[in-house]
Amino acid sequence: MTLDYFTLGDDIADTAAPGGPIEKRWDLHKFNLKLVNPANRRKIKVIIVGTGLAGASAAATLGEAGYQVVSFCYQDSPRRAHSIAAQGGINAAKGYRNDGDSIYRLFYDTVKGGDFRSRESNSYRLAQVSVNIIDQCVAQGVPFAREYGGLLDNRSFGGVQVSRTFYARGQTGQQLLIGAYQAFERQVAAGTVEDNTRHEMLDLIMVDGRARGVVVRDMVTGEIETHTADAVVLATGGYGNVYFLSTNAMGCNVTASWRAHRRGAYFGNPCYTQIHPTCIPVSGDYQSKLTLMSESLRNDGRIWVPKKAGDDRHPSQIPEEERDYYLERIYPSFGNLVPRDIASRAAKYQCDDGKGVGPGGLGVYLDFASAIERLGRDAVEAKYGNLFDMYAQITGEDPYSQPMRIYPAVHYTMGGLWVDYDLQSNLQGLFVTGEANFSDQGANRLGASALMQGLADGYFVLPNTIANYLASAPFEPVADDHEAVVEARNAVTERIDKLMSIQGNRTVDSFHKELGNIMWEYCGMERTEEGLIKAIGLIRELKAEFWTNVKVTGAPDELNQTLERAGRVADFFELGELMCIDALNRAESCGGHFRAESQTEDGEAMRHDDQFAYVAAWEFGDEKPVLHKENLEYEFIEMKARSYK
Amino acid sequence: MKITVRIWRQKNANAKGSLVPYEMDNISEHMSFLEMLDVLNERLTLEGEDPVSFDSDCREGICGMCGVVINGQPHGPETTTTCQLHMRTFKDGDVIDIEPWKADAFPVIKDLVVDRGAFDRIIQAGGYISAPTGSAPEANNLPVPKHDADHAFEAATCIGCGACVAACPNGSAMLFTAAKITHLGLLPQGQPERDSRVLGMVEQMDAEGFGGCTNIGECTAACPKGIPLDVISRLNRDLMGAIARS
Amino acid sequence: MWVATTKNARRSPLSSTVALKISMAVSGLIMVGYLLLHMYGNLKIFAGQEAFDEYAHHLRVFGEPMLPENGLLWIVRIVLLLSIVVHFHAAVRLWARNKRASGAQGGKRYHTNKNRKGIQRSYASFTLRWGGVIILLFVVYHLLHLTANIIAPGGRSDSPFERVVNGFEIWWVVAIYTVSMLAVGLHLWHGMWSAFATLGANHSRTRVGSRWTKLAWVVAGAITIGFLLPPWAVFLGLAG
Ligand SMILES: Cc1cc2nc3c(=O)[nH]c(=O)nc-3n(C[C@H](O)[C@H](O)[C@H](O)COP(=O)(O)OP(=O)(O)OC[C@H]3O[C@@H](n4cnc5c(N)ncnc54)[C@H](O)[C@@H]3O)c2cc1C
Ligand code: HEM
Ligand code: HEM
Ligand code: SF4
Ligand code: F3S
Ligand code: FES
Repeated sequence: MTLDYFTLGDDIADTAAPGGPIEKRWDLHKFNLKLVNPANRRKIKVIIVGTGLAGASAAATLGEAGYQVVSFCYQDSPRRAHSIAAQGGINAAKGYRNDGDSIYRLFYDTVKGGDFRSRESNSYRLAQVSVNIIDQCVAQGVPFAREYGGLLDNRSFGGVQVSRTFYARGQTGQQLLIGAYQAFERQVAAGTVEDNTRHEMLDLIMVDGRARGVVVRDMVTGEIETHTADAVVLATGGYGNVYFLSTNAMGCNVTASWRAHRRGAYFGNPCYTQIHPTCIPVSGDYQSKLTLMSESLRNDGRIWVPKKAGDDRHPSQIPEEERDYYLERIYPSFGNLVPRDIASRAAKYQCDDGKGVGPGGLGVYLDFASAIERLGRDAVEAKYGNLFDMYAQITGEDPYSQPMRIYPAVHYTMGGLWVDYDLQSNLQGLFVTGEANFSDQGANRLGASALMQGLADGYFVLPNTIANYLASAPFEPVADDHEAVVEARNAVTERIDKLMSIQGNRTVDSFHKELGNIMWEYCGMERTEEGLIKAIGLIRELKAEFWTNVKVTGAPDELNQTLERAGRVADFFELGELMCIDALNRAESCGGHFRAESQTEDGEAMRHDDQFAYVAAWEFGDEKPVLHKENLEYEFIEMKARSYK
Repeated sequence: MKITVRIWRQKNANAKGSLVPYEMDNISEHMSFLEMLDVLNERLTLEGEDPVSFDSDCREGICGMCGVVINGQPHGPETTTTCQLHMRTFKDGDVIDIEPWKADAFPVIKDLVVDRGAFDRIIQAGGYISAPTGSAPEANNLPVPKHDADHAFEAATCIGCGACVAACPNGSAMLFTAAKITHLGLLPQGQPERDSRVLGMVEQMDAEGFGGCTNIGECTAACPKGIPLDVISRLNRDLMGAIARS
Repeated sequence: MWVATTKNARRSPLSSTVALKISMAVSGLIMVGYLLLHMYGNLKIFAGQEAFDEYAHHLRVFGEPMLPENGLLWIVRIVLLLSIVVHFHAAVRLWARNKRASGAQGGKRYHTNKNRKGIQRSYASFTLRWGGVIILLFVVYHLLHLTANIIAPGGRSDSPFERVVNGFEIWWVVAIYTVSMLAVGLHLWHGMWSAFATLGANHSRTRVGSRWTKLAWVVAGAITIGFLLPPWAVFLGLAG
């Protein structure tokens, strides 16, 4: 049945992963990698798309090493990449707290947190270099929180028992990114990095089986440019915006990855998405994005809904006995602190039953009344004051006097372009780092580990592994009139012309919203075979309508934000379909992917390790996508069912 | 509620712009300011008109991408970014004037979109600590007094939005530049390059065509992150010290 | 191998806006110092002709025999002249620059007529430049009047005291002085604070919150009132 939607290809044979003792793998591997002679480096050009933590850190490091780096991002400054929005913190196994933390424990937590769908070697390497990241960032002047003694402060985050999270108030992502950005700009001044802002990558140029360049659109003039190099790195972030509403920035998109996918790069585990339970709910159909509220609120807030469906009384009018503190009721031992995915699904079930509160019935209460009573208002204010202010700013409601309303929202995508241990995709010369690749987080990501991965990739992993590839560079130059370049450029121009020529009756956003609704409904917190099949049909219809009825105003050769969005949404349709197909294929529940058919009696997610302990790497096919499996083996950590009891 | 927005429309950098009025019904007070513009743009698109171009990305008040002058105030009447401003700040029947940042160093690209590349170039001129990857010592070998760390952090919260320039009657970028000088200058790691940093950044700031600061203080009133005015004095001190030593 | 950033300063930091500002602040404060002394001297008018003329004479013979006659006066004059040249030069350069920087498109920067007054701005900071020009014109007039005595409304005299009294019995002279003194007051109201901030002394988060702002108010107030007392006292017949 599911094979109607895809075909099965060969398993993936080589992941470039080293063997041997896990602690030595990365060092040995580094030793075995080829090096590039410093004098040769300046003859070698690397294109890096994306200036988030993953891209900026890589550009700075490769620039320092002496390569010629050409960087692109769609914002007006590299400093604005979406990494800037991360609030909570960054993990590192520094073990400053003498609380039993170690590289091994972080490795263990990552593999387990990923619900045994990540690679052991990768997860270990991530934990290992996490230590260097903190050193690097401090040296750059990142103002991490400190103790009175002047040493770095840590907190515990995301439900782990050790304190290994480094943070800079609620702006860790910003401070880390500014650090990487400054290192980046330093290289721009040194002439090793060329900075191209307001440039959007629209295609990948493949020459003789190697990734050799990109086609970009200058978003100010509309000019289509081609750039060639010896290697291409994509650090273009996640694709959560396929759901239209998410905690991602407005511009986050899949276009760069998707275009590479269409040129042959495998897409790994597209269906793995992380949904965060504590976001500010939607207030109306004009809503453009969702805002995350820190998870820490669940430490003191109690979650409830009215017992009666459709009860639209003001919360203060609803007496205690008519409230359902459903998490405390269903999960007596963990209560309001159950893991993200469980809390999210539980909220969805309540709302599905008509008990949701607020506009559209999409929300549950997060109530601090008893915390205020118990601790006093001042204590609550000291702990959560800034979050309460943020909530009040956005909703206009005072969370001290009435409960907050929260609802789950799409937050992070674990899937992404498939890469091997060297962060190289199956296309030679195409490297993928950060959230854009699928590699280290498995089926779910621990809080504070995405920042860690971005910087690990950019500062420490990629600069080593890419050298192995570049050791045989510089490759033969690719002329502007090379047929592959001309073909890619024409493909981009034709697509833009097509979008401009439709002149239909619907706006780009209306399509995007509809696609988002389909994805959220059928490929969101809970997925079923029936729903996914339905979704695939709906997406195909909508996509067909898009290509005949979308309206793009203005001209292609000017700043045209409608055109930018149209191109992104067009790719989201194709991605959305693949996500549904991947979700359909994966008839198990694991991490961020919950298939209703695969749950235990008490509603817990059930993995099927015998059938699905693999990475689903999808190859683009004109007719149907092709599934390649990369089997996962666990030598060090025993596969266990996740339990929160 | 019903409002009228008067929006600066300017086809491109060379065109002449003007304020164009649009009337809007059914604006919900829960909308963010930019969502109100989204709604307008949906309508304009369907009417076949060119929608209003404006910048935004995170819409959480942290990326610094958004920013327009609302009724003469950068980011509008509240101490926050444009994206975090909500329509409940306004009243039914209000006429709201929306213009781009205006400064010689921030040329208008289209409508409300301006080019703030000058800020990146100021950073290139020294707004960093040279710490090539791999060369860093163990992080806790370098304790930083909490007080300094907190102050450095406060200055580092600048999001590079440019509202300070838009607000300053002189079009000066001192608050932005001084915030970076303060962030890095307060940390022990930042000391070796302290002189070259201030010399380089001030030189670049001037080269970009920003005005000089006459200590008016309007910039701090507009800054969504509350960067304090004393950072400017710190920059001045650093520059005097650097000149004296050079 | 790391690629080091190359920093080749193209322009001297001494010609930067910040350095220009520092020169303005220093010259401005020197002039403030002079004004305070000058004001003290002027107030001697209430002690009568003898004291006042004695004082004026004393200025000229101060430091003798170490300094030649008028020695101190000339030192003061040279310092003041330098200050005004430096101050004026910097003011004109910054003025032109700031006008361009704020995108002066025919004067109005933003087209809206809301929030014309700003939030933190003060009237004094608005009027700094025109105030300065008024002061300059005043000083020229003032030197011609009281120092050189070329313009002599009310009659020439060898006694500085009489020159002053003769002048201030005429209403329009008093008016000129009054307007000018208000200009000086406003100039210093913002200027003094600004000078200290420019010299790196501000540690306050806002302009209004700074103790230098308060000092500036006091000094500006004192100077304005102190200078206004003699002309008005003479005019109203309370002195002289
Ligand atoms: C609200 C929020 C809070 C978070 N909090 C945390 C946290 O506390 N801890 C944690 O570890 N993680 C957190 N995360 C996750 C983490 O922030 C991201 O996963 C991570 O920053 C991604 O970094 P990146 O470098 O891979 O991509 P990004 O930072 O998203 O950068 C993508 C870059 O690619 C560019 N780009 C994209 N498409 C194109 C294109 N087509 N052409 C040209 N350029 C393109 C963009 O301009 C940008 O420069 C949070 C995420 C969100 C949304
Ligand atoms: C020649 C006539 C004058 C002109 C044109 C003039 C103009 C100006 C201007 C434009 C400024 C603001 C400078 C800037 O920050 O960009 C300024 C500042 C100042 N002026 Fe004057 N001024 C004049 C005379 C004076 C006099 C006579 C005094 C003192 C008595 C004085 C004291 C000050 C002080 C203290 C400042 C503050 C300096 C700073 O901002 O650092 N000025 N003046
Ligand atoms: C009402 C107020 C003032 C009075 C009564 C006054 C009076 C005088 C007198 C009598 C002299 C001549 C002194 C002499 O030649 O011995 C003088 C000189 C001078 N005054 Fe004033 N003055 C006043 C305000 C000012 C102000 C506001 C300024 C500057 C902004 C100023 C600047 C000077 C200067 C520069 C000289 C020349 C000093 C010299 O001889 O070198 N005066 N004033
Ligand atoms: S100082 Fe404030 S107003 Fe200026 S760029 Fe930074 S955050 Fe924006
Ligand atoms: S408003 Fe302008 S004058 Fe200086 S204090 Fe702020 S930059
Ligand atoms: S859109 Fe990011 S700060 Fe407003």
